[in-house]
Amino acid sequence: MEKNGKGTKAGWGRFLAGKCVRGGLLLFLVSAVAFWLVSVSPLDPLTANVGQTAMGSMSQEQIEKLEIYWGVGEPPVKRFLAWVGDFFRGDMGMSLLYRQPVARVIQVRLKNSLWLMATAWVISGVAGFGLGILAGTKKDSVADRLVCAYALVTASTPSFWLALVFLMVFAVWLGWLPVGLSVPIGMEDAGVTLADRIRHGILPALTLSVTGISNIALHTREKMIQVMESDYVLFAWARGEGSRRIVFQHGVRNILLPALTLQFGSVSEIFGGSILVEEVFSYPGLGQAAVNAGLGSDVPLLLGITVISAVIVFSGNLTADILYEVVDPRLRRERRGM
Amino acid sequence: MERDRGRIWNRRLFLLYMAGFSLLLLAGITFSGAIQADAALITDFSRKNLAPSLRYPFGTDWMGRDMFVRTLAGLSLSIRIGLLTAGVSSVIAFGLGIAAALGRYADGVIGCIIDVVMGIPHMLLLVLISFAMGKGFWGVVAGISLTHWTSLARLLRAEALQIRESQYVKIAGKLGKGPFYIALRHIMPHLLPQLLVGVVLMFPHAILHEAGITFLGFGLPPEQPAIGVILSESMSYLSMGKWWLALFPGLLLVLVVLMFHVIGNAAGSVLDPGQAQL
Repeated sequence: MEKNGKGTKAGWGRFLAGKCVRGGLLLFLVSAVAFWLVSVSPLDPLTANVGQTAMGSMSQEQIEKLEIYWGVGEPPVKRFLAWVGDFFRGDMGMSLLYRQPVARVIQVRLKNSLWLMATAWVISGVAGFGLGILAGTKKDSVADRLVCAYALVTASTPSFWLALVFLMVFAVWLGWLPVGLSVPIGMEDAGVTLADRIRHGILPALTLSVTGISNIALHTREKMIQVMESDYVLFAWARGEGSRRIVFQHGVRNILLPALTLQFGSVSEIFGGSILVEEVFSYPGLGQAAVNAGLGSDVPLLLGITVISAVIVFSGNLTADILYEVVDPRLRRERRGM
Repeated sequence: MERDRGRIWNRRLFLLYMAGFSLLLLAGITFSGAIQADAALITDFSRKNLAPSLRYPFGTDWMGRDMFVRTLAGLSLSIRIGLLTAGVSSVIAFGLGIAAALGRYADGVIGCIIDVVMGIPHMLLLVLISFAMGKGFWGVVAGISLTHWTSLARLLRAEALQIRESQYVKIAGKLGKGPFYIALRHIMPHLLPQLLVGVVLMFPHAILHEAGITFLGFGLPPEQPAIGVILSESMSYLSMGKWWLALFPGLLLVLVVLMFHVIGNAAGSVLDPGQAQL
């Protein structure tokens, strides 16, 4: 057993340092796996982008030039080491499709995506938590049944199909909202107002929120039922406390933390959902760039996006861990007891 | 108390009936879709772009293909891929879950593998694996098989670690039984119910991800009547008011996934002793 002291600064430092070392190792492994995956791919970047017919009419020198541009024929380990070295110097390579530095493409796209994901993350979290509380406090009531049914149905609904349905209803049929993109077509970047951006973001964000609610709602409901069946709530009833006070004082305060942790851990899912949803709405975010990179064999961009998304997922999990460590003293004690 | 028990039993019976009904329906879709796989490819330009009617309940597309038959064939394909991938995935999960019980070192390595697989957003990892396999059918199968085992493996691992600490396992160790014997004879039997439930609950994810990755263009080739292909093709016809191309195939997909959820929940409440009293 180690002596860390009770929540001292040294203990915290060790906790954070450990997490960061683990995170760094994880990122290295993730990028190695991703690099291995793209390097064993039998897909020929030349045929994917230049086209079979165009290659047939090209001279040998032209093809060789193109092969150098797309990095065909170098040993993978050498390329990996070169790539990692460049990455640490802040150079993520050139995107072959967009003909811009990968870092620049990711920066622009990430900004678009982050808005979308953050909105959906907050909405689905708050709504899911609320519905879970509602269902959990009145187990087996009509509201509970409805929430459970809703959660089951949305868990079974593919987000991209829901996106298609919203598109049909709100954009094509009712004509209230634009069909796609993050800005009106053919408009200068400077002329785009915030209202335009919001109008174009509503449907994607709505789709992501609706499908994200299910998990958190069911989780919260289960915890709430446990709390309502606990002895301390029974005692609170016996003391004559009102139901509102019981729900907010004894229920919400107890289950807010696990719910928040779950929500921070769900970043990966929202990211995955955003790939599909962005594709449907042709929203120029990171997910759409990932799909384009994969379809067009843009290996540097695909790798860059993988690493960035792994960083995002890891930060979500790290936040959850830190939150637990800060708020829940039981966990600290358990860790030390080990 | 007596009344209470009757109610519980009825609920479990009801769940079982629902699960049986879902199972029948799913089997029906799988077989009829498989039989009609060729009919789904028939094009007939004399009947193109028809709205849903009694003859063509899901309408027809711009090449005169019967959307109902196409949808059935696509779902059948999805269900079969789901069965295959969930099977492979659960074998991986089970193997790693048991292996984690062997010792601290093995456990650490497995935890690390799980972290790496979960560290990349699921959809992106599917894209990467599909890319590595050169897209197409095997890209999807490999992608889904290799990514869905993590949560089940975690569950089984936690359970295995708990059992490893129990008295009878320690006694078996003191009696001179080796770690492999203990893992197989004392730990594995306890994990089977959880494994079974885990496998059934893996189907919905597998099917949804297959549809998603195919929808993005990484999965099954466009000539297959896959549900993802149908939906991605329908995208270009949405603004022309051909709503039936996307609506009905998607609805049926939701229904199929829903039925797998129902079966999984029923299996959970029957097999898992922890849930049996709910």
